[in-house]
Amino acid sequence: MADLSVNFCGIKAPNPFWLASAPPTDKAYNVERAFRAGWGGVVWKTLGEDGPPVVNVSGPRYGAVHGPDRRLLAFNNIELITDRPLEVNLREIAEMKRRWPDRAMVVSLMVPCEEDAWKRILPRVEATGADGIELNFGCPHGMSERGMGAAVGQVPEYVEMVTRWCKTHSRMPVIVKLTPNVTDVRKPAEAARRGGADAVSLINTINSIVGVDLERMVPSPHTDGKATHGGMCGPAVKPIALNMVAEIARSPATRGMPISGIGGIETWRDAAEFMALGAGTVQVCTAAMVYGFRIVQEMITGLEAFMDERGYARLDDFVGAAVPNVTDWQYLNLDYAVKAHIDQDLCIKCGRCHVACEDTSHQAITHLVNGVRHFEVIEEECVGCNLCATVCPIESCITMEPLVNALDKRTGRVVDGSYRNWTQHPNNPMAESAGKPLEPMEPAE
Amino acid sequence: MSTPPDIRAGRLASCDYAPAFSDLHEALDAHEARVAAERCLFCYDAPCITACPTSIDIPLFIRQITTGNARGAGKTILDANIFGGMCARVCPTETLCEEACVRNEAEGKPVLIGQLQRFATDAVMASGRPLYRRGAPNGTRIAVVGAGPAGLSCAHRLATLGHEVVVFDARAKAGGLNEHGIAAYKSTNDFAQAEVDWILSVGGIELRTGQALGRDFTLADLRRDFHAVFLGLGLQAVNALGIDGGGLSGVEDAVAFIETLRQTADLSTLPIGRRVVVVGGGMTAVDAAVQAKKLGAEEVTIVYRRGAEQMGASRYEQELALTAGVVVRHWARPLSVRGADGALTAVTFAGTAERDGRLVDTGETFELPADQLFRAIGQSFVPGPVAGESDVLDLEGGRIAVDAERRTSLAGVWAGGDCAAGGRDLTVVAVEDGKQAALSINRALLGFVPMAAE
Ligand SMILES: Cc1cc2nc3c(=O)[nH]c(=O)nc-3n(C[C@H](O)[C@H](O)[C@H](O)COP(=O)(O)OP(=O)(O)OC[C@H]3O[C@@H](n4cnc5c(N)ncnc54)[C@H](O)[C@@H]3O)c2cc1C
Ligand SMILES: Cc1cc2nc3c(=O)[nH]c(=O)nc-3n(C[C@H](O)[C@H](O)[C@H](O)COP(=O)(O)O)c2cc1C
Ligand code: SF4
Ligand code: SF4
Ligand code: SF4
Repeated sequence: MADLSVNFCGIKAPNPFWLASAPPTDKAYNVERAFRAGWGGVVWKTLGEDGPPVVNVSGPRYGAVHGPDRRLLAFNNIELITDRPLEVNLREIAEMKRRWPDRAMVVSLMVPCEEDAWKRILPRVEATGADGIELNFGCPHGMSERGMGAAVGQVPEYVEMVTRWCKTHSRMPVIVKLTPNVTDVRKPAEAARRGGADAVSLINTINSIVGVDLERMVPSPHTDGKATHGGMCGPAVKPIALNMVAEIARSPATRGMPISGIGGIETWRDAAEFMALGAGTVQVCTAAMVYGFRIVQEMITGLEAFMDERGYARLDDFVGAAVPNVTDWQYLNLDYAVKAHIDQDLCIKCGRCHVACEDTSHQAITHLVNGVRHFEVIEEECVGCNLCATVCPIESCITMEPLVNALDKRTGRVVDGSYRNWTQHPNNPMAESAGKPLEPMEPAE
Repeated sequence: MSTPPDIRAGRLASCDYAPAFSDLHEALDAHEARVAAERCLFCYDAPCITACPTSIDIPLFIRQITTGNARGAGKTILDANIFGGMCARVCPTETLCEEACVRNEAEGKPVLIGQLQRFATDAVMASGRPLYRRGAPNGTRIAVVGAGPAGLSCAHRLATLGHEVVVFDARAKAGGLNEHGIAAYKSTNDFAQAEVDWILSVGGIELRTGQALGRDFTLADLRRDFHAVFLGLGLQAVNALGIDGGGLSGVEDAVAFIETLRQTADLSTLPIGRRVVVVGGGMTAVDAAVQAKKLGAEEVTIVYRRGAEQMGASRYEQELALTAGVVVRHWARPLSVRGADGALTAVTFAGTAERDGRLVDTGETFELPADQLFRAIGQSFVPGPVAGESDVLDLEGGRIAVDAERRTSLAGVWAGGDCAAGGRDLTVVAVEDGKQAALSINRALLGFVPMAAE
C-alpha cells in the first residue's frame, strides 16, 4: 500500500490532504471533526491582532455559480479573518495539537505591516505547539483595505519584508500564502524565497462578482442593497491555480521550493494533478464546505489506488513529475500533427462536432453523407484543434490521433517524427534558420 | 351459469375518484424542469425536430427553459404547434420526438421532451398574457368545419394571418376529441376547454356550435359563401365488430363510453361493469380499459387479434394498461356474445394466428364472462356530409384525398386531421394538417406568406 505521509518543510502529517485556512478550521469543534474524518492537517482560520475582533456582515457572505442540477462550480465570499478573540483561538489550537499530535497544525496569520505587531503575535503562536505558520497575503476583501492580506501580497517588497520578520522572530516553518490577484505570481513567490520562506501555498481567492440581481440591479449577494467584490474559489478556479503552481515549480528562481497547492480541489484526482505539477501537499476549503469532511476518505483511498496502480511507493515518487513537460509555447513541436477521429460505434449523432467545426472552426466534419446524417472528419481540412472532441458529449468518441510517418492531407507534408519549434521555424523572422525557408507551412491556396 | 349482470355506479368511495383520475405525469416544477432540460445536447439538425410532426424547435425551447425563459420557450412551441399544451399531454412521445432523441443512444433515456413542453406551455397559459394577435383583416372569409385540433389549428393560423374565420361544429362544445376522446387522466382540470378558450382569444374567429355540415348546411353553401373551406371532421363512425350484439345491453362503443366519461362531472355517478372486456389494440382500447379499471371494474381484459408488436397502442401505453391492472390477451377475436334477460353475460373468442401473412383461426375457442363489452377496433370516416349531389370530394381508402398542401379534389376546399387520408390518427398530426392547410389557403388567397403577427 502506498505511503501517503508527508514531511512538508519540516511539518509532518499522515497524508497530504489539509484543510485550508477558512471556516472549516475556525474552531476546535470543526477541527476535531475534521481530524476524526481523516484530514492530515489543518491551516487554522487566519488570526489577527489581539484586541477587539473583526466584525463580519450579518447578511449573506457567500455567493455561487451553479451548474446543471445545482452543482456548485464556483464559490464566492466576503468573509473576513476569524471574528473570535485571539486568546480563544490560541487556546483551542494548543488543545487540538495536544489531542492530535500526528496531524499538521499550521496557523494562518494576518497582522498589520509593522514589525512589532508580528513580534507580539509570533511567540504566542509558537507557545501553542503549532507546527508552522502561514502568512495570509491573499485575502482580497475587507482586510486589504486595511493594508493587510492582498495589499501586502501584491507588493513583492512587502512580502519579502514580512517574511523576513517572521523568520527572524520565530523558529517555526513559514509558509507564504500567495494571492492570485497579480499579473505574475512568480514575483511574490521569489520575494517570499528571498525573505526566507520555507514554502509557498497558493492560491487564495480571486477577485470576483459572481452575478448581478437583475431585479434589484445590484451584484449578488448584497448587504442591504449594496454589494462588494468577493473572493472566488471552488472547482472553477482550479485551472488558474494549476497554472500558477506550475509557473512557480518550473521558474529557475523558485524551483525546488515546497508548494502547498490550493484551489478547486474536490477529489483525489484534482489533488494528484496539483502534486504532479509540484505541490507537496494540497489544501481544500470549498469542497469541504459543500460536501462535509468525509470527502477526505475518497481522496485518501483514490490517491492510494492511483499510486499502487502506477507503482509509486511514496508521494515523492511522482510529486513534480509533470513539471519538466510544462514549457513555453515557442518550444512546442510545430512538426507534430494530429487528426480528429470519430468512433462511429460510440457516436450518438448529436451533430455538435459538426456545427462547432462548421460555424467556428475549419469545416472539417461532415453532416450528411449520401443524404444521411453522418458525422465524419474530413482529413483534408482538419487542423487537429481538439474543438470537436471538447464539445462531443460522449467520452472517447472523438480522439486525436497523431500522424506517424503519414501524409498530412491538409498540408501535403509527410509527418515523419521531426522536431522543429517556433524558434527554429522558417516562418519566424527571428528564427535561427531564418532566410532559408525549408518548406511552406500552409499549402498555396 | 347465469350470474346477473353487474353494471353499477359508485364502485369507489367518492373521495377516491379524484386521485384515480389525476394527472398521469405530475407537472415538473421549475427545478425539475431545469434538471431535465440540462440533459438536452442542443443537437444540430436535431432528430427530435424531424420526428415531431409539427417540427417544434425542441433544442431551442429546452435551452430557453434552462435560462429561465419559460414563456419564450412556450412561444417557440406554440409558434409551431398551437396545441402544444395538449400535445405535451397526449402525444405518444415514445414513438415520436423522444424515440428519436440521441440521449437514448447515450444513456438509454431520452430528454423528457413532452414534460418540458408541458412546463413551458403551462407557463404561457398561467401568465394570462396574450401571445398572438389577430392579423390586420385582409377581407377574406374562411369556413372551418370541425372544431377539433385540425380545425382550430387551421382557424388560429388563419386569424393571425388576417383572415376572418367561422368555425362550425356539430357538437355543443368545441375541442373535438381533445374534449370528448382523450383519456381523462391525460387532460385534467378541464384543460381542453381552457386551451380552446385561449386559442380563440386571438380574435377574428367566430365559433358556431350545434351546426352540422350535411344537416344544417352543405359544402356547396360554404363554397358559395366563403373564400375557402377547411374540413376537419374527424372520424364519426365506429367500426363494427363483425358479430351480432344481439341487441344485448352492455355491448357498447369504447369511444362513446369515453365521451360520456369525459362529459360526466361527477364520476361516481358513472356506471361500470364488474367484468369488462375491451376488443381492440389501439389507444382507444387502452384508454377505455384503463379508465374502466379506474372506475372500479374488478376484471378488465383487452383482447386483441394479433400480437403485442402489432398493437396500435405503443409499448408505453401497453405498459400503462398492465400497470393499471388490465389483462391483455393477444391472438384472439370475438366470435359471439351470450346474454341473459337481454343483458350481456359472456363473450366467446376464437384463437387466431398468422399464417403466410394472413390472420386465421386456430380452431380453439374460449369464453370470458363479461358484464360489459367495449368495441374499440377503430373508427371510420363518414362521407355523408361531403357526398352531396353536386360538390363531391374524392376519397382515398375511405377518407378525404388530399395533396401535400392538404388540398382536396375540389377547388377552394382543404381538409386535414383524421378525416384526411394518409394521416396517423394523432392529435399532433391533426394540428400540423390544420397549420399547413392555413398556410396553403393563405398562399392561394394572397399569393404570399406574410409574417405571422406577434
Ligand atoms: C379514445 C381516443 C383516444 C385518443 N387518444 C389519443 C392520444 O392519447 N394521443 C393522440 O395523439 N391522439 C389520440 N387520439 C386521436 C386524436 O384524438 C385524433 O387524432 C384527433 O383528435 C384528430 O383531430 P381532428 O381535428 O381531425 O378530429 P376530431 O378531434 O375528431 O374533431 C372533429 C370535430 O369535427 C366535428 N364534426 C364532425 N362531423 C361534423 C359535421 N358534419 N359538421 C360539423 N362538425 C362536425 C366533431 O364534432 C368534432 O368536434 C385518440 C382518439 C380517441 C378516439
Ligand atoms: C468563506 C471563506 C473564507 C476564507 N477565509 C480565509 C482566511 O481567513 N484565510 C485564508 O488564508 N484564506 C481564506 N480563504 C481562502 C481559502 O483558504 C482557499 O485559499 C480558497 O478558498 C481556495 O481553495 P478552494 O477552492 O478549495 O476553496 C477563505 C475561503 C472561503 C471560501
Ligand atoms: S480537430 Fe478541430 S479542425 Fe479537426 S475536425 Fe475537430 S474541430 Fe474540426
Ligand atoms: S459530437 Fe460526438 S456524438 Fe455528437 S455527432 Fe459528433 S462525434 Fe457523434
Ligand atoms: S435529440 Fe434529444 S438531446 Fe438532441 S436536441 Fe433533441 S431533445 Fe435535445
